[in-house]
Amino acid sequence: MKPDGPGRPTTLLAELTHRCPLHCPYCSNPLAMVGAAGELATGEWKRVFAEARELGVLQLGLSGGEPLARADLEELAAHAHALGFYTTLVTSGVGLTRARAEALRDSGLEHIQISIQDAEDGEADRIAGARAAHLKQAAAALVRELGFAFSLNAVLHRANLDRIGPIIELAAALGADRLELANTQYYGWALANRNSLLPTAAQVEAAATVADEARRRYRGRMQILYVLPDYYERYPKPCYGGWGHTYIVVAPEGRALPCHGATHIDWMRFDSVRDRSLEWIWTESPAFQAFRGDAWMPEPCRSCPRKADDFGGCRCQAFALTGNAANPDPVCTLTPLRAIVDRAVEEASAPPPPYRYRVLDPTAGPAG
Amino acid sequence: MPVLWRLARLDFDRVRQQPVLLYPEGALLLNQTGAAILELCDGRRSIAEIARELGERYACDVGADVTEYLSHLAERELIREA
Repeated sequence: MKPDGPGRPTTLLAELTHRCPLHCPYCSNPLAMVGAAGELATGEWKRVFAEARELGVLQLGLSGGEPLARADLEELAAHAHALGFYTTLVTSGVGLTRARAEALRDSGLEHIQISIQDAEDGEADRIAGARAAHLKQAAAALVRELGFAFSLNAVLHRANLDRIGPIIELAAALGADRLELANTQYYGWALANRNSLLPTAAQVEAAATVADEARRRYRGRMQILYVLPDYYERYPKPCYGGWGHTYIVVAPEGRALPCHGATHIDWMRFDSVRDRSLEWIWTESPAFQAFRGDAWMPEPCRSCPRKADDFGGCRCQAFALTGNAANPDPVCTLTPLRAIVDRAVEEASAPPPPYRYRVLDPTAGPAG
Repeated sequence: MPVLWRLARLDFDRVRQQPVLLYPEGALLLNQTGAAILELCDGRRSIAEIARELGERYACDVGADVTEYLSHLAERELIREA
């Protein structure tokens, strides 16, 4: 690595597949997804993992879609372990049989994160567009029994935010070491469903109080992380330490992205690991260099003291809401673009329309 | 008796040639002293015993440094009480 070049990345999110048995309307995957035939092959993923480790990546997320849809998941997990990563399987839990869970443990996989949709099974299944809640609870018990480091992740939105308390109690009952309570971020399917998903200000305020109390009460037993809904914040969220600073996402077909939301910036060319080494993509590719540092920043970001904390906010959100990825993040109350976010919040105060469920093939409906 | 969080592990990153503490969604790059302190957090030694052992190794008083370092990591829930 050149001494004046970028630092080393720490995290690789490998989106192994877009296939998924759930149809969650808050998914951040793109509306146009990649089928099984377009996915990187086993050997290609192994090469990407090895290149990532050489580049300095320490954290590997095996994600999707549903990574258990890949029959080679155990082989990939074993390869990752041999390379020395701290590896997390990010899963719905659906398809985690005892045989697969034991094979994953034997592969050296350390950490499993299971998603839950709600504390009530019926509501959880309605949100997921699939009968999955009971399967997730069985998967959680298995993960716990086999001694994995165990996280639960609940994406929060209008339909479940009022039950944040019961969600926390469910996570404790399932024996989670960690609970991520993540308010929906509006990319892909989530953006298409924003009017159904955006909570009210009153919901957000009440939930923050519950999360804060629970975080203190469970301290030392279950770590609780609460990700604020940025539409209700005054300043934007920092994007993984800034664009191209620590984080790499590789999409199922091999395109390397600085963030999973970047796939929506449709004019930007993201090089594929099929054509280029990960090191070249990280250090040389135009896409990863586009918003590094602060030379690209417009006002008011460029002269703003907050730029060291939030790096101008999220480029993907700037693009999704304004059509220009180099604009300030419209969440920020210091830019006139904030009117866009305020308008979205106002629009979502109407009764929520029905979900548009996530489907790989838009001609097929959800199974649930 | 400080002990590493069950989900965290000490490792040596051969790419950076540096010790590192790995845990879910995080990685903390360590210096030699930090790694030496964490290696002794096995749930059987008290903070005073860790400080004494390192003090003998480095032939200086490290009590305040050890206490401060461990309370910082405890704040981040990476160190627990055994």
